[in-house]
Amino acid sequence: MADHTLDAKGLNCPLPILKARKALKEVPAGGTLEILATDPGSVADFEAFCRQTGNELLEHSVDDKIYRFLIKHTAS
Amino acid sequence: MSSEQKSMSIIVTKGSLDWAYPPFILATTAAAMGLPVTMFFTFYGLPLLFKKLDLQVTAAGNPAMKMPMMGGHMGLPNLVTAIPGVDAACSVMMKNLIKKKGVASIDDLREAAVDLEVRMIGCQMTMDLFEYGQEDMIDGIEIGGAATYIECATQADINLFI
Repeated sequence: MADHTLDAKGLNCPLPILKARKALKEVPAGGTLEILATDPGSVADFEAFCRQTGNELLEHSVDDKIYRFLIKHTAS
Repeated sequence: MSSEQKSMSIIVTKGSLDWAYPPFILATTAAAMGLPVTMFFTFYGLPLLFKKLDLQVTAAGNPAMKMPMMGGHMGLPNLVTAIPGVDAACSVMMKNLIKKKGVASIDDLREAAVDLEVRMIGCQMTMDLFEYGQEDMIDGIEIGGAATYIECATQADINLFI
């Protein structure tokens, strides 16, 4: 179970990323953030976001057009 | 994570509803990814700093602007765009689409840019030219000129002109 969950369903680029960045600030270092999104572009975008920011993308999956991401807050 | 801190600057030259998106999307996303970002608003980009945004879109001279309609896509001949009220109708249609598709409003993106501490500079010359004052602009922006921007651009890894 993630420490925090962000519901970004129905939001389009770049809102899932902007809201994720804000939500990550509430997650303590080492904690996890779960993000739910419907934007198909969010898959590539969260991969890029994590590579750039140094946070770890632990999992991502898709189920019935809902994309789920689990990010570990590892960046300083 | 990249070993060194990258930064970005954007020259914002267009202030229509559609063209307001690329600079604000890129600026907020880059800032969310940890990059220091500077936006320099000049000429028709300057109104994007006004306290009250009243953004419009026009299909005039833009054959690529086609709206989804009745299962297809519809553009407007230039002559039709000259009819009073057509631009306003296009703008309403575009704003409805934006809302329906979960796309952020420019107000929201600009607010996000402020939250993310994006440095926003209004062009002094443009303000003089079109007779605007700092009281017309949102709080927290700087006023500067070409040299202010160039100094910033020499430090930035990504410099965009939009």
